[in-house]
Amino acid sequence: MNASPVILTGHAGVGEVVEGLALVSPDGFSARYDLDRVTGRISRESHALYGASIAGKVLVCPIAKGGFATSWALFDLRSRGLAPVAMLFTWANPVMVQGAVLAGIALMDQLSPDAMEAIRTGDRVRVDPKAGRVEVIRRAQ
Amino acid sequence: MPLRLTPEEDGILAGRWGEPAGRALAMQIAVGDFFGAREMVAVASAHLTGDSESMGDAGLGFVEDLVRQGARFVVPTTTNARNVDFDCYRELGQPEEVAAKERRLRDLVVAMGAVALDSCTNYQAICQPLFGEHLAWGDTGTVIYANAVAGARSNFEGGPASYAAALTGRVPAYGMHLPECRAGTHLVEVREQPRTVSDWGALGVVVGRQLTNYWLVPVFTGLQVAPGGDALKQLGATLASYGSLAMFHIVGVTPEARTLEEALGGRAPRARIEVEPGALDRIYRSFVPEKEKADLVVFGTPHLSLFEVRLLAELLRGRRVHADTMLLLTTNRPVKALADRLGYTAVIEEAGGKILAGPCYYIMTPRELARRHGFRTIVTDSAKLANIIPASGYNAIFRPTADCVEAAVTGRISA
Repeated sequence: MNASPVILTGHAGVGEVVEGLALVSPDGFSARYDLDRVTGRISRESHALYGASIAGKVLVCPIAKGGFATSWALFDLRSRGLAPVAMLFTWANPVMVQGAVLAGIALMDQLSPDAMEAIRTGDRVRVDPKAGRVEVIRRAQ
Repeated sequence: MPLRLTPEEDGILAGRWGEPAGRALAMQIAVGDFFGAREMVAVASAHLTGDSESMGDAGLGFVEDLVRQGARFVVPTTTNARNVDFDCYRELGQPEEVAAKERRLRDLVVAMGAVALDSCTNYQAICQPLFGEHLAWGDTGTVIYANAVAGARSNFEGGPASYAAALTGRVPAYGMHLPECRAGTHLVEVREQPRTVSDWGALGVVVGRQLTNYWLVPVFTGLQVAPGGDALKQLGATLASYGSLAMFHIVGVTPEARTLEEALGGRAPRARIEVEPGALDRIYRSFVPEKEKADLVVFGTPHLSLFEVRLLAELLRGRRVHADTMLLLTTNRPVKALADRLGYTAVIEEAGGKILAGPCYYIMTPRELARRHGFRTIVTDSAKLANIIPASGYNAIFRPTADCVEAAVTGRISA
């Protein structure tokens, strides 16, 4: 266990305060290119998280990929209980943010230190978008 | 610094234009604040992205609510490609339920004032983007074309954002609306000249696999061949698909790149990408077939122009698609109507191909079609389609147009 708290800060994101377990993806994410939207599992065979479910997770990703589908998909996934609770990107793109706003999912990007560096899969993470603050509250065992 | 609203926008937010426009503006403000927008800008048109498959039942409910609350679009608004060609979906074995939802969605957006174009090539079909005008277009291929080729200004206004812009007539001014975000960031030195339209797509793959961030803008130099509109369509759609890019420049070709200095906005490029001889061929060969048999051959992502349909008709004239292979072409209704009239459709159908108006394969219930017809290999001259369709369980093979025609006729995929 690391005693010193890990805190990431950045510009204000969208959405409300949430907590969840991190799922860190070395690959970018798009709901169209990578996801089976019926099951909420990563379905692109070449994706690093192939087979993983994003439901209820804090998805940590280097980049938002792809086009408009994600802007609808997050809303629909949330209505079926399959959406992530929060998404942290190194770089987000407009469609990902538009989708998070409609769905009411927390989203932040360009954090310091970078979320991809500071967060590991299984960490319990608290995301406070309006304050521009993310905290790792418990490290993965 | 939060986004500053005009008195009229304060009124919209307070519900003076009705509840849907007020909620739409609130969503736009949230997105604008995220990206540091300082103001809203009026748009000349909106292009709605949303087919029932992408939207799901929740998205369809969102649109139902808008209509129930009396929403009206306040700028010229067109619709993107659909899940079905209403005249052909039964024959292909697409689910009746999907067609019913698409009919419902079409009726809803028409009730709000949209033109049901059902195409991802609105810019070729009916709405020319103009230099300097602000747009709220949703499909990424339309956005990058409008920005790069015409010098118009649009971000990716994805599904709900495209509806919001159609309702408020404006968008938050960040990203591609600002000159500093449109300037080139990376220099691409091209040393292998594209020879065909699909080669321009292959060039887009080379760059889009390396630049995978909306905020990066490649500047192409060293091109000795002048691209036509269809080549630029493939280059743009591919960059948008692989890299999520919304802008590019070709020095001496695109309007904000009369010189290299202008394209780079007076800054030095952050890095260089060299496209060496053989690079385009390596892109095609990076798509490896799992088996020799071509189950399906598809042209038309983005929707085919009339000239592309004519070329395919010429290549297919007097030939016959293999009995175990399906050949599909997708385009928009204006092109289909002309192709019917000019005899191209008849040539393609005599060869055993189908030409569909309105849909695009990757949203055409591809999982259901694969189940019903046993599809696994899909051969296409669209690098974008080859990028997207693996998420639906396909082995995608990107090849030049003429090779795809050969695959359709012989039923076999070239190495």
